[in-house]
Amino acid sequence: MKNFSNTYIYIFSSVMVIVVALLLALAALQLKPYQDKNIEIEKKQNILASINIIATPVNAAEIYAKYITESYVVNTKGEHVDGIDAFTVDIKKEQAKPKEQRVLPIYVAAFEDGKNAYVVPLRGKGLWGPIWGYISFEKDLNTIFGANFDHQGETPGLGAEIREAFFQKPFIGKTIFKDSAEFVSVKVNKGGVDPNDPHAVDAISGGTITSKGLEAMVDSCLILYKDYFIQNRK
Amino acid sequence: MSSKNLKLFTVPFNLQNPVTVQVLGICSALAVTVKLMPAIVMGLSVTVVTAFSSLIISSMRDYIPPRIRIIVQLVIVAALVILVDQILRAFVYDVSKALSVYVGLIITNCIIMGRLEAYAMGNKPWPSFVDGLGNGAGYAMILIIIGFTRELLGSGSLLGHPMIPKAFYSAGYVNNGMMIMPPMALIVVGLIIWVQRSKNPELIESN
Repeated sequence: MKNFSNTYIYIFSSVMVIVVALLLALAALQLKPYQDKNIEIEKKQNILASINIIATPVNAAEIYAKYITESYVVNTKGEHVDGIDAFTVDIKKEQAKPKEQRVLPIYVAAFEDGKNAYVVPLRGKGLWGPIWGYISFEKDLNTIFGANFDHQGETPGLGAEIREAFFQKPFIGKTIFKDSAEFVSVKVNKGGVDPNDPHAVDAISGGTITSKGLEAMVDSCLILYKDYFIQNRK
Repeated sequence: MSSKNLKLFTVPFNLQNPVTVQVLGICSALAVTVKLMPAIVMGLSVTVVTAFSSLIISSMRDYIPPRIRIIVQLVIVAALVILVDQILRAFVYDVSKALSVYVGLIITNCIIMGRLEAYAMGNKPWPSFVDGLGNGAGYAMILIIIGFTRELLGSGSLLGHPMIPKAFYSAGYVNNGMMIMPPMALIVVGLIIWVQRSKNPELIESN
């Protein structure tokens, strides 16, 4: 085996690291636009899913442009905030701010039959990592029109089932205000709920912590919109 | 390809299979084989990384100081893996999401470091490349068999297309939910090893 001097080893490793770093930086820069596009399309797909429209990555942008006619941001007092594009609001960053300073995106969907739906983004904690989703309301801003949830790394077959239709469907038609005044959110209850209970859905067996995390997410995200919802319901 | 090189390529498919004989790379074999598509992409990614890291390390082998050779190997493997990860994210986003952290974990796949240490450090670039290709493909083959079995029995589909006729379900057939859980991948690997050993007596230890 050849003997290499220390100087050679230092030079060899420095050159290697610089070359590799340059190559990777170049590749990352070149691929960034494609990756951002994928993330944007996925977000549009998720928003559409919450108003019960299934889009593929190919047609998501087109369908999104057709149905989501308006988007804006409000603050926790229910006032409109100008100059911010709702689509670019990062919920994770917003949640790090104090409540009064947060901006809250709302997407408005318009359907062929003249109906509207109001989509609100959600973000919270599951068992292993973040969970997020979108929930849409009818024009009374009380009755849930559709819901879509996703997660990063919940347990497959248990907590991960929050992204399945059988869990999301029961949210439709539930209401978040009791007697149209008191904010009660939607509870995710273990051990079966009465399907006629207007403020609760069934949790996932074996996915208790994810279910509880989802309940907390829905509650903590929607309560910020409370003032806006009460002022603008029709 | 000469017959010697051809042998380098074919041996990992059976007598020196990295998964079923050397029992390497089991972790990812369990994690990404719920569906066939991620299994195929994972197999391909590992094959690309093993082949090219073998090629690069082998061409550099006379210049790599032995004292830091493991670090050099890791840097090359890590660079290739990051490249693969970025490409998957840009062009097959769905699959990249399904593979999640396991693409990054290709770096720690024992097959790659094993081939670099055992073969590429001491052999010419072309045979090393073929050796890497063969070992990656041998790994991919096992992943695809497991992915095929688990998706067909666990979800009743292949590559997302339903395979089990509706009539079966009406007659009371249900998808096997166990197949979706990681332990079943281990049991499928066990079955493959069983079949392989019963066909190749030379693999059975004498005691």
